[in-house]
Amino acid sequence: MTATAIEAPRSQGRAGALSRLVRQPLAAVGLGIVGMFVAAAVLAPLLPLADPDLAEPARRLMPPLSGHGLLGTDQLGRDVLARVVWGLRVSLAVGALATLAAAFVGSAIGLLAAFYGRFVDGALMRLVDVLMAFPYLLLALGVVATLGPGLMNAAIAIAIANVPFFARAVRGSALVVVGRDYVEAARMAGLSDLRILLAEVLPNVLPLIVVTAATTIGWMILETAGLSFLGLGAQPPQADLGSMLGDGRKTLAVAPHVAAVPGVVTFLLVVGLNLLGDGLRDLLDPRMADGRGGAPAAATAVERPADRCPSTATQDADPLLAVEALTTAFDLPSGRHAAVREVSFALEPGGSLGIVGESGSGKSVTALSLARLVASPPGAIVGGRAALRGEDIFALSFEDLRAVRGARIAYVFQDPSTTLNPVMAVGRQIAEAVAAHGGVAAKAAEARARELIVEVELPDPERIFSAYPHELSGGQRQRVGVAMAVAADPEVLIADEPTTALDATTQATALRLFKKLRTERGAALVFVSHDFSVIEALCERVAVMYAGEIVEEGPTREVLQSPRHPYSARLLACAPKLGKPDRALEAIEGGPPPIDGRPQGCSFAPRCRIGVADCAAGPIALSDLGGGRKARCIRVLEVADGRY
Amino acid sequence: MIAYALRRIALAVPVLFGVSVVVFLVMALIPGDPALAILGAFATPETVARLNADLGLDQPLPVRYLIWLKGVLTGDLGRSYALDRPVLDEVRDRIGPTLILASAALSLSVFFGLAAGVVSAVRQNTAFDGAVRLLLLVGISTPSFFFGILAAQWLGVELGWFPTGGMVSLFGGRGLFDLLHHLVLPAVTLAVVATAIVGRLTRAAMLDVLRQDHVRTARAKGVAEDRVIGVHALKPALVAVVPVIGLQAGYVLGGAVYVETVFQWPGIGRMLVEAIGRRDVLLVQGGVLVVATLYVAINVATDLLQAALDPRIKT
Repeated sequence: MTATAIEAPRSQGRAGALSRLVRQPLAAVGLGIVGMFVAAAVLAPLLPLADPDLAEPARRLMPPLSGHGLLGTDQLGRDVLARVVWGLRVSLAVGALATLAAAFVGSAIGLLAAFYGRFVDGALMRLVDVLMAFPYLLLALGVVATLGPGLMNAAIAIAIANVPFFARAVRGSALVVVGRDYVEAARMAGLSDLRILLAEVLPNVLPLIVVTAATTIGWMILETAGLSFLGLGAQPPQADLGSMLGDGRKTLAVAPHVAAVPGVVTFLLVVGLNLLGDGLRDLLDPRMADGRGGAPAAATAVERPADRCPSTATQDADPLLAVEALTTAFDLPSGRHAAVREVSFALEPGGSLGIVGESGSGKSVTALSLARLVASPPGAIVGGRAALRGEDIFALSFEDLRAVRGARIAYVFQDPSTTLNPVMAVGRQIAEAVAAHGGVAAKAAEARARELIVEVELPDPERIFSAYPHELSGGQRQRVGVAMAVAADPEVLIADEPTTALDATTQATALRLFKKLRTERGAALVFVSHDFSVIEALCERVAVMYAGEIVEEGPTREVLQSPRHPYSARLLACAPKLGKPDRALEAIEGGPPPIDGRPQGCSFAPRCRIGVADCAAGPIALSDLGGGRKARCIRVLEVADGRY
Repeated sequence: MIAYALRRIALAVPVLFGVSVVVFLVMALIPGDPALAILGAFATPETVARLNADLGLDQPLPVRYLIWLKGVLTGDLGRSYALDRPVLDEVRDRIGPTLILASAALSLSVFFGLAAGVVSAVRQNTAFDGAVRLLLLVGISTPSFFFGILAAQWLGVELGWFPTGGMVSLFGGRGLFDLLHHLVLPAVTLAVVATAIVGRLTRAAMLDVLRQDHVRTARAKGVAEDRVIGVHALKPALVAVVPVIGLQAGYVLGGAVYVETVFQWPGIGRMLVEAIGRRDVLLVQGGVLVVATLYVAINVATDLLQAALDPRIKT
């Protein structure tokens, strides 16, 4: 929920596509190269070039800048510059033609297969499978062998070899479109198949066809030139870049420019086309972009201003975990915005704190910040400290931080179907948690992992040990997650919505397990949830978060019975209670402010029923109400009276 | 796993059948008189008639296919009239050098492609990453025939470090060093594009996996970063990369055509180009059929490797 919630909205308008393309520097370079070459090829008849076919044996193999044409002459005394421009014209035209043909035939196959399904799909796709069973160039060679050498035949051969790529890509994308309601509706309305295909399905797969064409055209030009190089494509007097290169090869030792000029032009053209293709793909089909958004670093960046990272020496009197004014921000296109602001709390051994709030309230970011596990970029810890027995975690070196992770602070994550490694047996994943902190032999770690499997009450430990995550149920996977977390006997156990993905019965067993582990091991517990009843069952204290801030904190029972912040009060009124089925459930109108649009004053003020002018005037302090209770509200008395 | 393997192998049978039909049809559909195409323009009417009878060309197409298929299954791929020897013998002599060249190139591209992709993903957005990405882009855009003649001229002819041809037979008694010495330039030339493709894909797959939640779990356990990258990220990424390595096997088998021509490597690619040049149809047919069959087998092996890496596949 952290990364997806803050991802920037992508504007999808077609307008300005070119300007967005040009804004990617590499794509702009590609566009420049391709534009220049295409212009030269199109304008070739108008350019002041020598006759490319005029042979002058008297000036054979003249080097560039020797007074015989800018780029010298070839083995027959023909002007190399003129020949390369005309050859480029041929290569571009043939490559574009082959791409269009492959795109047309391949897309038609893909669309028909997806639209008619069943027998048509089976037959067409088996055909595509057979074509793909040939090594790419070999299929082209076979076709040339049948049709005979020649430029058009080479282009046809390359087009045929590329048909399967288009057919597969288009079919996959069209299958999704065909299953949509509006296509079904068009069928019901009695529109003709052709009309549905062209009007409803094609427009939706067109971007994919364009992307596939843009990313394969360079390749097709290269392979067509290759066939000409082998003497199987362009035949004299016709010349493309490939046949020029093949001719130049014979005089490489004495006149390298004759081969080098067409070779470099081919290379630059294909570089340009590939840059442009990558740019188009990123633009039209971001899912196919390679490495967009980036991978998070091993630890969240810490970028605290000097005056906000107080350093203190370790003392026994220090609490087990003390979080002071923690502020974690995300870098969005609109700037850096705090997702968690000035969060403070403390825990003693055996203590337990629940953090409750809606999605986007910052509760998970708070939990992940403690061991610097917030994805970074875009996240960064920009203020405050988290001290473990007085030692600031945010000031540790990476290796020291790694020694804390798992061993002193351990995590149980929300969705065990994505948080376990899908291709590693779960027993090894547990053993790894045991062995991660050194001094444990592999055998001993495995034995300990088996014990842990029993401890978290999983059945049939031998089978579970060698099972993969997909072979387990959700509840079993969550127990594996718990076993990994307690493997190294941590002092602080942080559970980030560990029961949210589970059904009610499994949830109850999981909670019982947490309770048991807490009492048996004496670890402090931070339990993040959106569910008050779960926290009520597990935690002595609760902190309610809203829009990145703690708005209320206190002993769980007291906060539940008599909340002091209007948000906690309303949240409690929203929750169903066991045994009181008739109670009217409330809903809080509106939604929390987005991360980049939080108000100056109280974040809840826009949704609050008892707000006054002062609420929006400026930041509201978290005031101490005595008896271990705190609330960030200037109207706590009204809330206490039940007026909220 | 064994059941999965058997099922996957069984799936290859209809594909091989399709391949044989395509190879047969491609040659059967040659415009004009196939006997003339095989024998060349100077054939006498008697030899044309004899060949027509030999090949069963007076029969309907499906019958001709069955006759041809029966021959193929019993190891009879016909006769190259230009070389005056059975196609199978010629293909058998030529396949070895191509296999050596292709496996050397594929090994190079898998090793360097994976290394470049992993390191540049881990160091995403650094100068190193930028340099690798640029290099990979240059690599996929390189015409291997151009790279080949430049390498042959510079490293072969001018510097004299490597021979640029002269590989006549693999086991001509000049030993392993001689073979490797001859292999360097062609294998590197053939590996350039495949390395770049594997590298780009590995980088993308690694970045994708590094974003996944289970990598965060490994870090939360305090697993050493080397292990996070090398085990938790690389293995799932390989599941995506392995099929592309299979595709690259097809690319190097095809691309061998250029490289064998440039470096005069006595493999099947050069044989095909020469055979097409003299319209030696049966030799082309036999060569394409054998290489395509080999490629189908490689694809089966790739799928099995992928299933071995990812337990979710063999269900």
